[in-house]
Amino acid sequence: MDWSPLWISLATSLTATAVTLVAGLAAAAWRENRTGAGAALIDGVFLLPLVLPPTVVGFFLLLFFGRNGPLGKLLMQVGATVVFSWPATVIAATVVAFPLMYLTARAALEQVDPHLLQAARTLGASEWRIFREVALPLAWPGVLAGTILSFARALGEFGATLMLAGNIPGKTETIPIAIYFAVESNDIRQALGWCAADVGISIALLGGLYYWTHAQRLRRERWRQR
Amino acid sequence: MPLEVQIEKKLADFTLDVAFRAPAAPLSILGASGAGKTMLLRCIAGLERPGRGRIVLNERVVFDSERKIRIPARERRIALLFQNYALFPHRTVKQNIAFGLDGLAQTEQATRIASVVERTHLAGLEQRYPRELSGGEQQRAALARALAIEPEALLLDEPLAALDTHLRSQVEAQLQETFAAYQRPALLVTHNIEEAYRLSEQLLVLSRGRVAAFGAKEEIFRHPPSVEVARLTGCKNISRARANADGTIETLDWDCRLRVEGAAAGERAPKFIGIRAHHIDFLESHGGAAEAENVFPCWVARTSESPFRITLFLSVDAAHSAAGRYQLQAEVSKEKWKRFRERPFPWHVQLAPELLFLMDK
Repeated sequence: MDWSPLWISLATSLTATAVTLVAGLAAAAWRENRTGAGAALIDGVFLLPLVLPPTVVGFFLLLFFGRNGPLGKLLMQVGATVVFSWPATVIAATVVAFPLMYLTARAALEQVDPHLLQAARTLGASEWRIFREVALPLAWPGVLAGTILSFARALGEFGATLMLAGNIPGKTETIPIAIYFAVESNDIRQALGWCAADVGISIALLGGLYYWTHAQRLRRERWRQR
Repeated sequence: MPLEVQIEKKLADFTLDVAFRAPAAPLSILGASGAGKTMLLRCIAGLERPGRGRIVLNERVVFDSERKIRIPARERRIALLFQNYALFPHRTVKQNIAFGLDGLAQTEQATRIASVVERTHLAGLEQRYPRELSGGEQQRAALARALAIEPEALLLDEPLAALDTHLRSQVEAQLQETFAAYQRPALLVTHNIEEAYRLSEQLLVLSRGRVAAFGAKEEIFRHPPSVEVARLTGCKNISRARANADGTIETLDWDCRLRVEGAAAGERAPKFIGIRAHHIDFLESHGGAAEAENVFPCWVARTSESPFRITLFLSVDAAHSAAGRYQLQAEVSKEKWKRFRERPFPWHVQLAPELLFLMDK
């Protein structure tokens, strides 16, 4: 049995989640104090991958990173190609997972009492320190939920990945793609095996999330009873 | 003056337009809700940007719209105590206090923390989280956090508003203690007249974004410059007025003619007259109207009892009183009320010339 799709999937999802976490937080923090048409437009761009079919996202990415695409040309000059390589799976997964991270992180940051941030300002803290030591710790439950959602979305990514990274066993073949091609070649046992692996990872993930939020609530209630 | 403020800022339904110089002492800012009090503090702290103006703290310009100076809040060294205290819920009391001391040496931090903990009576609570503190303790923790950075000015937004009555006097005593030791500008926003009076020597009365009165509290209470200030400082009796040729004052709502001390000296034509409810006195015996000045027969239209005092709604006309209408509100002690209540009407009320005040707007 070739286990490579599992490792590729995990490596891709973890990398994509890490990138999404940083990018999503940065975008959410940047967006927090902005209003106006420009910010709303950027919101639209950020959320587009959530509403578009993954194949459309993948096709756009292909145009963008392809041999004649703006970024593809640039990368060619330094001798790098993205299309049909492992980084392509990460890019595809990151782009589709990003809106989930962005939305939850924004909601979580908006929940933080603005007076706390202002108090921190009058106490002499820099904006970066306020974000790190006040906003982020208080928004953490929401940010963590966003991270898990993003990981789940990245793990299940199929359409955009196939468009941008193709199906190269041992290199870009993630679990969802392995399942598709197993079914196509009538290898039902293989397909079922990968399905079971996916279900297992998802249950572990959701179970972990449930346990974690539940533990939080229990701790809060214990405080209240004091 | 340690703190000079002159700012203009457009708000939703009026413009905040304020100028004053605060001494190195507490100054109460009194005003109805929505008068712009909180916004004023936020502008000084640097959390809001005034449209125009200048703010100078100890000769340091922290804001000047003309010279395009705008020192950010974090560099102003002006502490703001929020109405909801704004303690960081994920940090203990000690960590909250230490937040503003970042960058100082460990030993210096420890000294400052120990000092404010002692001054705000927080000993033993350092390791608690804000949610484990009572309202009064939270207030003290927020005060400790503000004092720890040794701010050049202290701004307090309704510091007692969120507390129960029994806690208020305790926390007020704490504030008095703090102010006594602080010796720097401390602006205290409140809508409670008595708090304002007790906590500072000077008062600034704000009304719809403008300074309606500013000065020594006794003076503002004794001679409110306008009807608005009289009302905001709790004056219950205000009548339209007109000066007579002989120097007496005709009161249009009280239906009587009064002599007012200093009225003849005032060149401006008064439009209103007022007297505070607790300044209205009743004569124990009445020998004749000629003996005492400003004495009138009166009837009690109705009463309203507080725990220790009673408010009498008076009418200078028997028929009005029967209809329940009144012209004056007097506040007397329960003892006095007990002595008077059985007496037949009319009683004799005196509006002492030295306690009446005239206003021209």
